[in-house]
Amino acid sequence: MSIINVNGLTKQFGSIAAVNNLSFSVEKGSVCGFLGQNGAGKSTTIRMLLTLIRPTSGSIEIFGHNLLTHRSEILKNIGAVIEKPDVYPYLSAYDNLKLFARLSGMKPTAARLKDILELVGLADRARDKVKIYSQGMKQRLGLAIALVHDPEIIILDEPTNGLDPQGIADIRNLIVRLSRDLKKTVLVSSHLLSEIEQMATHVLIIDKGRKLVDGPSASLFDPSKTIVELETLDPSFTRQQILNSPYGGNLMDDRDSSLVLQINRNEIPGLSRHLVTHGVDLVRLQPRHSLEDYFLQITNQNTDADTYTD
Amino acid sequence: MLTLIRIELYKIFRRPRTYIAFAAITALITVIQVGLSIDGEAYADFVMQTIKQSFDFEGKLLNGYLVCYILLQLLLVHVPLLIALIAADMISGEANLGTLRLLLTKPISRTRFTLAKFAAAAVYTFLLLVWIAFLSLVVSVWIFGTDDLFIVKSSYAVQLAEDDVLWRYAGAFGYALLSMLTVTALGFFFSHFASNSIGPIVATMSVIVFFTILSTMGIPIFQKIQPYLFTTHMVNWKEFFDQQVDADNIAISGSLQNPEKIARSAMILILHIAGFLAASVWVFRKKDVLT
Amino acid sequence: MRIHLTFLILLTTAVVSQAQDMMPLLRKVRARIDKVNDYVAEGKMKTDVVFIKAPLGKVKVYFKKPNRFRLKKDGGISVLPKGGVSVNMSGIVNPNDVTALDAGETTLSGSKVRIVKLLPISDESEIVLSTLYIDEEKLLVRKAVTTTRENGTFEVTMAYGQYAEYALPDKVVFSFNTREYKIPKGITLEFEDGEKATGNDKLKNKKGRVELTYERYTINQGLSDSVFK
Repeated sequence: MSIINVNGLTKQFGSIAAVNNLSFSVEKGSVCGFLGQNGAGKSTTIRMLLTLIRPTSGSIEIFGHNLLTHRSEILKNIGAVIEKPDVYPYLSAYDNLKLFARLSGMKPTAARLKDILELVGLADRARDKVKIYSQGMKQRLGLAIALVHDPEIIILDEPTNGLDPQGIADIRNLIVRLSRDLKKTVLVSSHLLSEIEQMATHVLIIDKGRKLVDGPSASLFDPSKTIVELETLDPSFTRQQILNSPYGGNLMDDRDSSLVLQINRNEIPGLSRHLVTHGVDLVRLQPRHSLEDYFLQITNQNTDADTYTD
Repeated sequence: MLTLIRIELYKIFRRPRTYIAFAAITALITVIQVGLSIDGEAYADFVMQTIKQSFDFEGKLLNGYLVCYILLQLLLVHVPLLIALIAADMISGEANLGTLRLLLTKPISRTRFTLAKFAAAAVYTFLLLVWIAFLSLVVSVWIFGTDDLFIVKSSYAVQLAEDDVLWRYAGAFGYALLSMLTVTALGFFFSHFASNSIGPIVATMSVIVFFTILSTMGIPIFQKIQPYLFTTHMVNWKEFFDQQVDADNIAISGSLQNPEKIARSAMILILHIAGFLAASVWVFRKKDVLT
Repeated sequence: MRIHLTFLILLTTAVVSQAQDMMPLLRKVRARIDKVNDYVAEGKMKTDVVFIKAPLGKVKVYFKKPNRFRLKKDGGISVLPKGGVSVNMSGIVNPNDVTALDAGETTLSGSKVRIVKLLPISDESEIVLSTLYIDEEKLLVRKAVTTTRENGTFEVTMAYGQYAEYALPDKVVFSFNTREYKIPKGITLEFEDGEKATGNDKLKNKKGRVELTYERYTINQGLSDSVFK
């Protein structure tokens, strides 16, 4: 059952489409890794999920309700850390946590606040003012704030930014625990595939505001499958031909400009034969080792891309 | 809503910046009071020199009521800066801290959030004025005692009987609250357009200073636009210190020279406050939070 | 002023023969005034100056021979024309220090009065010239116009009632000229421009008045000097 349903989501900033006709869904209880290079539109998407940014068009449904019409009920059940976990530096961790818990509509007991601080490992520094906290401690506090009101969905935007390896491991373990033990749904964004790979049950990759890949990580990371990139003279014609063929289900990418399929290595000759016999003018057919290989490739390809959102 | 306002007030009063205003006002008023208690007669003589050429005075010209009036004249021109310091920071400051995005992911409608923020800024403004009232009226009366309030205006003088003064101060402070809330609302409105608080604070002050200059300059072309500037109406708390006279030119106790002017100006200020607030809500509801 | 005085002196010389006749009248008026050694009077004061909006005030007036005068407001601030209100008959009607000239007769609010002009003998006198309107029958000064060296001209009108025996009026009206009143806005810290409502026409009438209405006199009960401090 999908708990988040995004359909045709688009956000224009002036003439630039930060998010372009994006559709995806997140399954209840899953850990969805949201991948994309900096500037791919991850942040804009997450902000739209949290009503920080108004979509230009498209719809978002969470818990089966339209986000814009049922904003309060939905947000009550979402906890989020967006980019830097900024809180009030002149308040202690405890006071910050209490304040945001109350804003989430709950009356937090001291025990609850203590438990949460315990969970993120800040219990013994709870009374210190946040301005003397390290980046890692702030990140933990941000998580505590996201969790304090016991939400069903937890959205984390680059939660490991600025953390040392130990901190990254801690966060990762926490996310796994949230999903496995507490049955939370987690949407976690990152620009590093390696980080997501180990904890995500599902993966969504976007680039330049459009979806590239979407699916359960088990199959996406399946070593028996290969990612194949096609370049043809008429991409939309090619796409049509693939969709009409037995290989239609292997299509990962919904962009017209480039075509990506996930396919068994021994099926590649059949695919190329099918395309040629159906009149596709094939320019290039390039197999990639794995998803990581492919992801790294687009990430590197676009390092000079615009970074207007992140 | 009440919880929201309480949280906002909690934030305002937990940060050191808030107390700058209170400290500044305390220091300023104390300095003026000390100065007047040492050399106040000379100051009174200076202000009254024209009238003292023709008239002898008896009684305590420099009493607590006059000191309060002098203080208000001096202060109320500058208090907007202190108010802007907080009001123009309400949204932009949160944007700057980065807390705005976290706040707005909470299940609170943006309208309520804006209104609560404004309410908190208004409470701050109110408390600042209460503090000013306490220091400038209560403390001045305590130091200088009371007597009739004799006010020298640029084309006439008004003598208000001792027992006819307190309600005027109540009215004047009430009116001053409206004036200052206009500044609060303006600063608050500007605070939606930046992700640091310096811009909105400077913008608020610039508007106030610019409009005040236009309001003050006696050049005919400016005088034509003066009725349309809210700063022109902000100083009308002074109207509470003018009274009517009867046919024999005897002041009528408890009267106001221009009650309609006060009502009209108050109305204009209220409309400004409502306008700035409505604009704030409108802008904020549409705002994409990118910080 | 100087031309005016010169003219008066010329006039004085012209009527000098008659002038001598006024001294007995003046002495009689003075004798009446001299019956009072001191008094305390209570009454109401009304300041009527176009550019001052003042409330009605309760006042106490103290007098002690030879010429000590003090007006105290019963609470509140009193605004009085400089030197004006302290002008009193005891100081003006001083047969030993002045030359009195007869300036004819006229009628003042129904009573026939003689106009007497008083010129001080001393050059240092604060009063330059006084014109008295004396009710010869009752030996009361009904009106006095006094020109002082420092503070301009005052007109004092008196109405008598139950204290006429002591030459003490029930009502005294001081009229005086006021200077033009205008204070730079920088000094008053008035930044608004909303004072035209009072009417500029009214402000051009620069005659000021202070009206004292006495309700009660306490006469010759002895008065400590300390009240005049």
